[in-house]
Amino acid sequence: MLITCPYCGPRDVIEFTYQGDGNRERPDPASQNFEAWNAYVYDRLNPAGDHNEIWQHSGGCRTHLRVVRNTLTHEISSVAFMRGDHGRGDHGSAARRKAEDKS
Amino acid sequence: MSPRRTDTGGRIDRLKTIRFTFDGAPYTGHAGDTLASALLAKGVTLYGRSFKYHRPRGLLTAGVEEPNALVTVLKGEVREPNIPATMVEIHDGLVAISQNRFPSLAWDINAVNQLGGKILSAGFYYKTFMGPVFGPLKGTRFWMFCEHFIRRAAGLGSAGSAKDPARYERMNAFCDVLVVGSGPAGLMAAKAAADQGARVMLADLEPRFGGSANWSDETIDGAPAADWARRIVAQLAGRDNVRLLPRTTVWGYYDNNTLAALERVSDHKEQPGKGEPRHRYWATRAKSVVLATGAFERPLVFPGNDRPGVMLAHAAERYANEFGVLPGERIALFTNNDSAYRAAVALKKAGAAVVAIADVRPELSPEMRRLAAEAEAEIFAGHAVVATEGGKALSGLKLQRFDMTNGALIGDARSIHADCLLMSGGWSPTIHLASQAGAKAEWNAARQAFLPPKPTQQWIGAGAFTGSFSTLEALAEGRAAGLAAAGGQSTPSVLPVVEAVPGDPDPAPVFEIRAKGKSFVDFQHDVTAEDVRLAHREGFVSVEHLKRYTTLGMATDQGKSSNVPGLAIMAEALGKPIPEVGTTRFRPPFAPVSIGSLAAERFGDLKPERLTPMHDWHLANGATMYSAGLWYRPMIYGHAGETVEQAYVREAKATRESAGIVDVSTLGKIAVQGPDAALFLDRVYTNMFSTLAVGKARYGLMLREDGLAFDDGTTWRLGEQDFLMTTTTANAGKVMQHLEYFLDVIWPELKVQVTSVTDEWAGAAIGGPKARQILATCVTGTAVDNATLPFMGIVRGEIAGAPVMICRLSFSGEMAFEIYSGAGHGTHVWEALVEAGKPFGLVTYGLEALGTMRIEKGHVTGAEIDGRTTARDLHLDWMLSKKKPFIGSAMMDREGLIASDRLELVGLIALDNRPLNGGAHIVEEVDEANPHGSIGHITACCYSPALGKHIALALVKGGKARQGTRAHVSDPLRNRFGPVEIVSNHFFDPDGSRMHG
Ligand SMILES: [Zn+2]
Repeated sequence: MLITCPYCGPRDVIEFTYQGDGNRERPDPASQNFEAWNAYVYDRLNPAGDHNEIWQHSGGCRTHLRVVRNTLTHEISSVAFMRGDHGRGDHGSAARRKAEDKS
Repeated sequence: MSPRRTDTGGRIDRLKTIRFTFDGAPYTGHAGDTLASALLAKGVTLYGRSFKYHRPRGLLTAGVEEPNALVTVLKGEVREPNIPATMVEIHDGLVAISQNRFPSLAWDINAVNQLGGKILSAGFYYKTFMGPVFGPLKGTRFWMFCEHFIRRAAGLGSAGSAKDPARYERMNAFCDVLVVGSGPAGLMAAKAAADQGARVMLADLEPRFGGSANWSDETIDGAPAADWARRIVAQLAGRDNVRLLPRTTVWGYYDNNTLAALERVSDHKEQPGKGEPRHRYWATRAKSVVLATGAFERPLVFPGNDRPGVMLAHAAERYANEFGVLPGERIALFTNNDSAYRAAVALKKAGAAVVAIADVRPELSPEMRRLAAEAEAEIFAGHAVVATEGGKALSGLKLQRFDMTNGALIGDARSIHADCLLMSGGWSPTIHLASQAGAKAEWNAARQAFLPPKPTQQWIGAGAFTGSFSTLEALAEGRAAGLAAAGGQSTPSVLPVVEAVPGDPDPAPVFEIRAKGKSFVDFQHDVTAEDVRLAHREGFVSVEHLKRYTTLGMATDQGKSSNVPGLAIMAEALGKPIPEVGTTRFRPPFAPVSIGSLAAERFGDLKPERLTPMHDWHLANGATMYSAGLWYRPMIYGHAGETVEQAYVREAKATRESAGIVDVSTLGKIAVQGPDAALFLDRVYTNMFSTLAVGKARYGLMLREDGLAFDDGTTWRLGEQDFLMTTTTANAGKVMQHLEYFLDVIWPELKVQVTSVTDEWAGAAIGGPKARQILATCVTGTAVDNATLPFMGIVRGEIAGAPVMICRLSFSGEMAFEIYSGAGHGTHVWEALVEAGKPFGLVTYGLEALGTMRIEKGHVTGAEIDGRTTARDLHLDWMLSKKKPFIGSAMMDREGLIASDRLELVGLIALDNRPLNGGAHIVEEVDEANPHGSIGHITACCYSPALGKHIALALVKGGKARQGTRAHVSDPLRNRFGPVEIVSNHFFDPDGSRMHG
């Protein structure tokens, strides 16, 4: 399986760490809504088809990526930074510089 | 009469003699022989005993699908079992032995199993050995009694226990077109793709490229097909954009067109060449794949079809044409299709007498009658073989009139004298890789075969793989596939001219002749047609269940020859057409793969080692090193004649009496920096860090989201926005990932940067009553007195000219300091500290003494923070802030996590004054004969020099309430039972007066 990291390009899955279902929503930290916390910590979607997943490029630039992967074919239809452009700040440009240095 | 070498013919070199041994006896063969062809040429007919019934078995095939003739190859002390003799190339000095026979191949005690066939039918193991005990001879206990004998009798070859000295390699490769299979289709594909300029890899599991061209009697462009193949291979070999991989089995087809292959680089040589590995594992990413993997011929299922001398028709053709070996002198054929007639002609040409051709079809085409006439063979149309005769070799067979519309046998059987029977039950395309690539095979009623599915990945099929069995079709499809795979345009050009015998590719739909006697479907696992029917009668209707119950297709050949006949018999029993029964999905590997090639370089000395900056110093000063994950750390600095226990007791004692120093460079260190760093740490740790003053450190505890304890360590505030976090050695990577996850995914708005700086800092911890005095003599640029450097205070200064950061904190429970310097200064600073400590009796100590002192203090580590314990279980609830939410705070108070009977941290003292063991159970009452009633277990133990007792930390049910009571250790594995006292985990100096000074 190949994941195309927006910084590093197409890389083997061996460089990545799966960080779980990307559909989960973390409740407000102060929330005591136990149902919501339980769903966040334990419930995972398991669709046969496209799935929103979080992968970290742990053997590369270490950013977390939002990956849409088809669980039947392993086809990857999109890859984006979890942070997006908003809030990425210095982190993004530093990592991009690093990627450019390499190339 | 027996098999023999022909005087001429074949692609072997009769001038080159090769010497080898089989079952201890010397044999000779020729260059180009396989073990199978060389032994067959010497008249060997018996190659092994069958799996269950120990029936004698001969060669069924000439290739990778061989189920019977499995051998063990010995190289020095190393034994490799279960290799088909058809896949072993002989070389001088080859030592091979047969398998699954006791005491010898010719005389096998277990052959009496044949007489007890009813007992060993399908499901025998399940029925006899599973479930409760009903009598003396049933159930799981009976299995335990019989296991030894059955494992000895029912097995394939046995693996050796000697260490394999061979070297294995892994290669990552990339290409535009990977062609699998080098028959006429594969060669054409490779050539067409290479002509387009594509980067091509061509792999074939055989040593010789050419596939069927090597043994067909056909001509291509006027030359023998084998010569044509050699010419194309030579052209390909001369090109820069082509890589040829003979002896290379492509065994796995994975996502993104990633294929796995095993190249047997030097198995066929007496010694590997310089620098050559034994096997090479190719992980190949191909833009496009051409599958030209051919087809496997199927056996027919009839009584006695497993007798030595019964062989697949094409295999005999191959032995004759490729190896110059006649498998018999008087040959009979039994077929349901036209392809066997080609074999009849070939064997006649090679010098054998073809005495009969039995064909289940009542009507035969004029072409087939002409071929039979050419072979001078008598035709028995509408006949079937109903029995075979002979022991270790075939002596004859029985024919009977057969009605293929209803399977009925008519009239009397007639005997035919023959020493070899060739059978052909049609052909199954080798669709394993296509099936692995993800789609379901489709049944083709005309071909009576599963054809490759529509591609779900980037592959194109060609030749017999697609069910196109003629060479002309193979050439045409191969060229088209090669062009398309390389992205080229098909241009009209003339195909090579093929001269071949004619034949209808469609067989008659006959798989089995039902007559009295054992008819084998799966030769390697000894599954008979009756076993399949029995499974059906017992209610197994799904093909996957049938497979598991009968073990059909589950041997090392994975049913390459048995799959379709097995399904056909099942379908008949169910009264359903074959496609409705379905086929099982093929899974990797296509053929067995050496484990060594998968590990390749990733073992032993080549695993990365992490060494602290002071590593060489430790070695030079008598340290015994200990591997902790990838790290190496001193265990003890032993003196001559000391035991490990004596050494650590001396080190710990000296530390508590004067001072000791230990290397703590392995602790995980993470720089947490940025305007929101303090806020971030408040969320990550259970306790507050935003209130921590600059220049101070604090012990922190992290939980996981589910509320269980995760990691602990101290974090130092070096500046308003600048923290240095330390983690346990083992969790450094996990904590880093945890922090990154929350910053990237959960709180992207936080302005925080985390950087792993573990390798940038060298750390030394110096502790003991004299530690401060020692520092005072060697630290410049700062005072180290209590006012300047209070408990948990941080100062910067210099030691021997090198800048250092000193934090006063304690793991040992003594007045102690952690001194961090740049990694490059680590040894320099360490040496200066050791030198300064000499007048004060400073000792260096290792992990054992470190562990001892932490147990005495009752501090927790990974053995207690084991992923199941909570902060409360470890008496760390004082660290759970009520002023703020933190990771894990919402989940940590769940019912199950605050129950009163949870395992809680306690201390134990051995009342019998004997050592305790990690992992030993704690019980209320000892029952040595039938240990039970565990209330917990020991997590860490030592002899405590401070207490003069054997002590331990343990997790015990409701442990806190049990303090002051007695219990017992129960450790049946090490036969250690005895009374203990349950006490607080804080054994030593519980109020901390020593470290606070
Ligand atoms: Zn990346």
